[in-house]
Amino acid sequence: MDFSLNEIQAMLADSVDKFIQNEYDFDTRQAYAESDTGFSADVWSTFAELGWTAVPFAEDDGGLDGGPADIMVLMQQLARGLVVEPYLANVILAGGILRRAANAEQKERWLQPMIAGELHATLAFNEPQARYRLTSVATTATRDGDDWILNGCKGVVLNGGTADLLIIPARTSGNADDERGITLFGVAADSDGLTCNAYATYDGQRAAEVILDGVCVEDRAVLGEVDDGFADLDATIDEATLAVCAEAVGIMQVLKDKTVEYSKDRSQFGVPIGSFQELQHRMVDMLMACEQAQSLLLWAVMANASGSEESKRAVSSIKYLVSTAGRSLGEDAIQIHGGMGVTWELDVAHYFKRLTAIGTMFGDADWHLDKLASASH
Amino acid sequence: MHVTFSEADLAFQEEVRTFFRDEYPDEIREAVSSGEELPREMQIRWQKILFEKGWAGINWPTEHGGTGWTPVQKYIYAREEGNANAPVIVPFGLNMVGPVIYTFGSEAQKNRFLPDILASNTWWCQGYSEPGAGSDLASLKTKGDLVGDHWVVNGTKTWTTLGQFADWIFCLVRTTSDVARRQEGISFLLIDMKSPGVTVKPIILLDGTHEVNEIHFDNVEVPVENLVGEEGKGWTYGKVLLQHERTNSANTFRSEYRLRKLREQAATSVRGAPPLADDKNFMRRLAAVEVELKGLEYTELRTLAAVSSGKAPGPESSFLKIKGTEIQQAIDTLYMDAAGYYALPYRADPSVGEGTETLTALRYFNFRKATIYAGSNEIQKNIIAKHVLGL
Ligand SMILES: Cc1cc2nc3c(=O)[nH]c(=O)nc-3n(C[C@H](O)[C@H](O)[C@H](O)COP(=O)(O)OP(=O)(O)OC[C@H]3O[C@@H](n4cnc5c(N)ncnc54)[C@H](O)[C@@H]3O)c2cc1C
Repeated sequence: MDFSLNEIQAMLADSVDKFIQNEYDFDTRQAYAESDTGFSADVWSTFAELGWTAVPFAEDDGGLDGGPADIMVLMQQLARGLVVEPYLANVILAGGILRRAANAEQKERWLQPMIAGELHATLAFNEPQARYRLTSVATTATRDGDDWILNGCKGVVLNGGTADLLIIPARTSGNADDERGITLFGVAADSDGLTCNAYATYDGQRAAEVILDGVCVEDRAVLGEVDDGFADLDATIDEATLAVCAEAVGIMQVLKDKTVEYSKDRSQFGVPIGSFQELQHRMVDMLMACEQAQSLLLWAVMANASGSEESKRAVSSIKYLVSTAGRSLGEDAIQIHGGMGVTWELDVAHYFKRLTAIGTMFGDADWHLDKLASASH
Repeated sequence: MHVTFSEADLAFQEEVRTFFRDEYPDEIREAVSSGEELPREMQIRWQKILFEKGWAGINWPTEHGGTGWTPVQKYIYAREEGNANAPVIVPFGLNMVGPVIYTFGSEAQKNRFLPDILASNTWWCQGYSEPGAGSDLASLKTKGDLVGDHWVVNGTKTWTTLGQFADWIFCLVRTTSDVARRQEGISFLLIDMKSPGVTVKPIILLDGTHEVNEIHFDNVEVPVENLVGEEGKGWTYGKVLLQHERTNSANTFRSEYRLRKLREQAATSVRGAPPLADDKNFMRRLAAVEVELKGLEYTELRTLAAVSSGKAPGPESSFLKIKGTEIQQAIDTLYMDAAGYYALPYRADPSVGEGTETLTALRYFNFRKATIYAGSNEIQKNIIAKHVLGL
């Protein structure tokens, strides 16, 4: 048994860590988050130069042939800097679909420029009525000669406002909520009939509401087989869930460390507040939550990487833990910081907000616990 | 054992209900239900409406223009106010410094300050906490030196809620440092915010709102007549006020209102999603909070019954504060969870649809403060452990 990082993972962890230390302090992050696009184009280019955008892709496609464990390492480190550059949207979400479903021509047109940092892409997996149901695809695509016409709405599309390419799941047959009948389309953001209303989200990131009003695309926009997109969509969302869980575990560790440190520095009643047993026990709970989360994350990543039948259960388990224990850990971190904890100035609140957003993303605690409760073991 | 009201109380209830139905302006009602911060002008306009009605000084004695209501009437009023989702009264003048002045102040202070407080002509803020003195308030360092007929005040107060709007600030200031107990030697001073040497620096909270401030006092001259009560006895006065603050923070009826609204929302389809009422997990969590709230409501009634029969509110107010704020936060969490992905947008955006949904997370973040301010919940538990359990 060996839980240590391999040489490549260790290098990756080290290089991300150095980058965050040297070039991505909290003030810098805040400035990027508040800029027009919500991230730094220069930083994104750096990610591409360093090969981080290439990690999960096949060597033939210009990738590094990495797997879920490598993504875990990377996300856990990026978490420490609360990085706002659209890694999840591009590499994990859009990349996950392109890697699985794109043909050679589509890879050349979309995947390779994305890896090179020249094209921004995202996956519009959510619709306003969907809540967390991936199958809830009401957006339609109908045949028009050799073309397809898309109509519908996509909600809270991560980094939708800066994407050049939107991957749109649309219904080509079947009923609302059927797995079968969902087709994936690569749609250029500047297509006629596509409107994108971008906005900031509370965690310092960006999202958009996307309206497709008679958007016409050629047949070569179809990624994979018609009617058969769900499996790729589902597998991609599982990977994305793991990726944000890795980020969440990174954040939990930061919050725990910062809280412990603060409790040693801050004195009231003539003693450090960390000397109060009530707070000590809560910080021990925080530590235990971090350990549990790290353990489940490793299990889930290994199960996912090996394609084992436990994979779905493992993904829901870590997501459930991140949504519940993560929430109480975050709340405790704020509480123990007292008034300082609720200020914009201190980074702690921003880690807490990102952790909260992750708690919701790809299904909240109830959603995943339901899955676990009804799964046959 | 009964919780029925007398005929007179029922008539009073009807009067209050009618008032909120007919005299609560739609414009303010809409602003409150939008979930956004109420603009200062609307806040003042509402408090003046209450003043005109004679209902501004709920806890005040009649001789100073208060309602003179019985505890039961106050309870009825609070319930109707909650049901109407009326604005939360800014407490610093009406609920805090007002009672201190009419209880401990001089005649001159009463005449000078109380009428304007009651009529909401002046906006007050509370200067207790300091960067180094939060939970341990008695360690405060802001200093007052007597020079001629002035106290010269130096130091920093922080977390001053809505201090940016304030005309006056009431402060706890150390005026004698050579004392046996740290709680001694602290005085209660009323300071004009326009005095030279007062500077107000905003502190932005995690949801992006400007709600609190840091206030610096640099050789601020405060006339001796602005000292309330005796020099060095400010701690005692301040404590009376803190107990008020804690009882007020239970907010039972506002919580009840919000839970009822949430049930209504859950029964409908938002953005075409299936109603949350079909989601058993969510409804069970909602029901669990309702149970807790009912318990709190009856605890409040029991406290009320005790107060009606002449007992003073004691450390039980700590219980109300803890439970009340825990329930508020649990409700905030439910709202945010109900909104799902639509809690993520940072500001209500027309393109996103339901404005109130997008504010749920911001409220959840903002109200983490509720377990921190007015004496953190940990401190309240310490008080109960010591004074109720005798540990
Ligand atoms: C939004 C907001 C508005 C406020 N408005 C005002 C205002 O208008 N006027 C004003 O004067 N003040 C105001 N306050 C200040 C508030 O009263 C203090 O924040 C509070 O007393 C806690 O102090 P602190 O922030 O310094 O935290 P600290 O005292 O440093 O506490 C940090 C943590 O340690 C815990 N702790 C401390 N001592 C103990 C102990 N003995 N045992 C166990 N745990 C302990 C606390 O519970 C907390 O979790 C406001 C605060 C906030 C956040």
